[in-house]
Amino acid sequence: MKLDSKIPAGEVHEKWTNRKFSYKLVNPANKRKYEIIVVGTGLAGGAAAASLAELGYKVKAFCYQDSPRRAHSIAAQGGINAAKNYQNDGDSIFRLFYDTVKGGDYRAREANVYRLAEVSNNIIDQCVAQGVPFAREYGGLLDNRSFGGAQVSRTFYSRGETGQQLLIGAYSSMMRQVGLGNVELHTRADVQDVVVVDGKARGITVRNMVTGEIESYCADAVILATGGYGNAYYLSTNAKGCNATAIWRAHKKGAAFGNPCFVQIHPTCIPVSGTYQSKLTLMSESLRNDGKIWVPKDAKDKRPPNEIPEDDRDYFLERKYPSFGNLVPRDVASRNAKEMIDQGKGVGSTGKAVYLDFADAIKRLGKDKITEKYGNLFEMYEQITAEDPYKVPMRIYPAIHYTMGGLWVDYDLMTTIPGLYALGECNFSDHGANRLGASALMQGLADGYFVIPYTIGDYLANFKKDKLTVDAPEFKQSAKEVSDKMTRILNVNGTKTVDELHRELGMVLWDYVGMARNEAGLLKAKQMIKEIREDFWKNVKVLGTNEEINQTLERAARVADFLELGELITDDALMRRESCGGHFREESQTDENEAKRDDENFSFVAAWEYKGEGVPEELHKEPLQFDYVKPSQRSYK
Amino acid sequence: MANLNIKLKVWRQKNKEAKGKFVDYTLENITTEMSFLEMLDVLNEKLTHQGEDPVCFEHDCREGICGCCGIYINGRAHGPQQRITTCQLYMRHFKDGETIVLEPWRAKAFPVIKDLMVDRSAFDRIIAAGGFISVNAGGAPDANANLITKHNLEKALDAAECIGCGACVAACKNASAMLFVSAKIAHLNRLPQGKPEREKRAFAMLEQMEKEGFGSCTNTEACSAECPRGISMDVIAETRREYFRASILKEKV
Repeated sequence: MKLDSKIPAGEVHEKWTNRKFSYKLVNPANKRKYEIIVVGTGLAGGAAAASLAELGYKVKAFCYQDSPRRAHSIAAQGGINAAKNYQNDGDSIFRLFYDTVKGGDYRAREANVYRLAEVSNNIIDQCVAQGVPFAREYGGLLDNRSFGGAQVSRTFYSRGETGQQLLIGAYSSMMRQVGLGNVELHTRADVQDVVVVDGKARGITVRNMVTGEIESYCADAVILATGGYGNAYYLSTNAKGCNATAIWRAHKKGAAFGNPCFVQIHPTCIPVSGTYQSKLTLMSESLRNDGKIWVPKDAKDKRPPNEIPEDDRDYFLERKYPSFGNLVPRDVASRNAKEMIDQGKGVGSTGKAVYLDFADAIKRLGKDKITEKYGNLFEMYEQITAEDPYKVPMRIYPAIHYTMGGLWVDYDLMTTIPGLYALGECNFSDHGANRLGASALMQGLADGYFVIPYTIGDYLANFKKDKLTVDAPEFKQSAKEVSDKMTRILNVNGTKTVDELHRELGMVLWDYVGMARNEAGLLKAKQMIKEIREDFWKNVKVLGTNEEINQTLERAARVADFLELGELITDDALMRRESCGGHFREESQTDENEAKRDDENFSFVAAWEYKGEGVPEELHKEPLQFDYVKPSQRSYK
Repeated sequence: MANLNIKLKVWRQKNKEAKGKFVDYTLENITTEMSFLEMLDVLNEKLTHQGEDPVCFEHDCREGICGCCGIYINGRAHGPQQRITTCQLYMRHFKDGETIVLEPWRAKAFPVIKDLMVDRSAFDRIIAAGGFISVNAGGAPDANANLITKHNLEKALDAAECIGCGACVAACKNASAMLFVSAKIAHLNRLPQGKPEREKRAFAMLEQMEKEGFGSCTNTEACSAECPRGISMDVIAETRREYFRASILKEKV
């Protein structure tokens, strides 16, 4: 395998313009002859399906939910970044680019990040034109808020449900194309494999989640926009159905996997309350604009929060990072919360939480203003915890939230399998080792609306149309493998439920491949994951048949893949003997316990190549070069 | 934290064609901190260990925004609390020894496909008929080119809060989708960007609603009362006005 990032020549601000001009075009009349499969209908997939169909391509879109509008992008709360500089506070494309590269701890590609910042403004224009109701000022202009890792206000938002409004925008654009007959929509479709013919991605194998039928679909190019793999950790802020199956299958078919150990742990989630906890709920980072994070100074102080006087509180983020305060990037905020809890200063019944306090902001701005800004988040918090955050500080704890790693892609967003693209969270490309808040929505929509429509044209213009159908042996073979996998799972008929096994995997990953990692722990985790995997194939219990709606079978097939991916996450974390962003190796820290990068040895993207079952994966390195944002020890002090 | 012993009466139906029936289950030591869906997870774990087919129910984000979940609990869409989805319901709202009845959404346009799971694809087809603004990616003017008053924006957003869960249909004695359709019409009509297609949109969406087999609206307001997002009846009034206006203008395409 040879990695060619295809980064265009020229100054960073000219690269995308030059590249767009160099792309071959498909003439309008010919576009309808090309078929493109899009897997996933979140912001990246929905936007891609809509904009490719608008151009005239024939699109087939697939999602596992009952409706494309339910993709997990919908749950994003806080907002979307863009370099509009509407606030006149010194923002620019270059500053957004700079903040993102720095926020990612210098492990992202400069060229990709610059493009992202460049198209960010188009996204806001496009969304407003679609009817996305972003917050406005009294005068009628768009409003902005601040987010972690930035000192300008560049985040556009719709209450605490920006993801929903953006997704409804992308979804309705896509549904318009469905109505026009340009997008063929397949819901309740569990994509199980990518079909490669003569070295090119030509289709997918799908399990129909209603009938259980294994179906094949053929196309000229395949786009994966399937989101992240945070659910490998069992408890996460992801939706229950989020999975890595499509990208993991693609990986096994030859797509390199980039930086799997770069996993983001979000600092502000509602803490775990019991053993049967099924998921963790995020409280938007935007809350850190007005909420103050603290723990009691004395670990033995068990008074209720409102009885602890100011002098006995430790506002640890404000104390340690005076210039960014509560708005330090996510990795820094999470690690510091963990540090407090490890010192025994955690609060709440489990001791695994810190306070996020709004008393000050309510005093300063009034309750009404706080309700207007965060009303639905406060309601959500009260629903879950039965505590009123207007009166008692919220309790928060870090949780798995986002995966910066994903399929390796070149500048055109193509994986190492020609004709296979990866968009949005499922690729590795733009966030380095840590993603800044409000940048996931930006990346998903950038990839879908403004990058893939250009890059895929170049591939298709060079693509020789043939008469391939799903009768080709590669499709039959893939369908058989998928069918065999389902049969194999059903035949185990053991004694452990899928959730029990998944929880075991999650605990291992959280304990040893979570917020702090070290060599001994990682080696142990690797062994434990192997054992859980063996246990799974000996002891999993899945009832029913394949030929019906079988939610347990769906889950089991996903967990089987997480059990393989989990080991790769661990291997990658073992290999990277430096700390950077969300990846904190205890062996590599500064005197002040901050993440210490090792640029000399690890300034590269790790791209892993699958070599077959039971064979160690091969590591390929894409060196990273920084010409515009010079790597320095990241400081938010 | 307290523990509950509860009885469940759950609608079980093997597939679309099969005849369904209620089946009784009992659960012990359910903690009040558990969510309603986590209680069902516990039931399903128990059933699996006993070799019985787990109960099929729809869920995904489990934080009240994706619109997947929807169970008719004790005769109420999304259960006894207001302005929440099923996944946001917690066991602390139930009493020890209580019997809880679980049914799927019942509507001709939402056929049951297994147990508590229904097919809501009719909603997607209504959106495909006209629930959008026809703009392609690429040609949008600057986002601040159109001034939108804060008031109008907030009103549009109130309507745009709909998550498409279908509780409005389930709660309605006519199984009408009027609140769902009207929320979308109001969201777009309340914004200047949505004005150019307003007449066409109202016709197309209402026509599709009828085609899908949803009933007519008789203003009983059950939909709005059970809507987890609190969408107001105003949107229905606006839609009626829009339909009337469009009929006079004869803008039907």
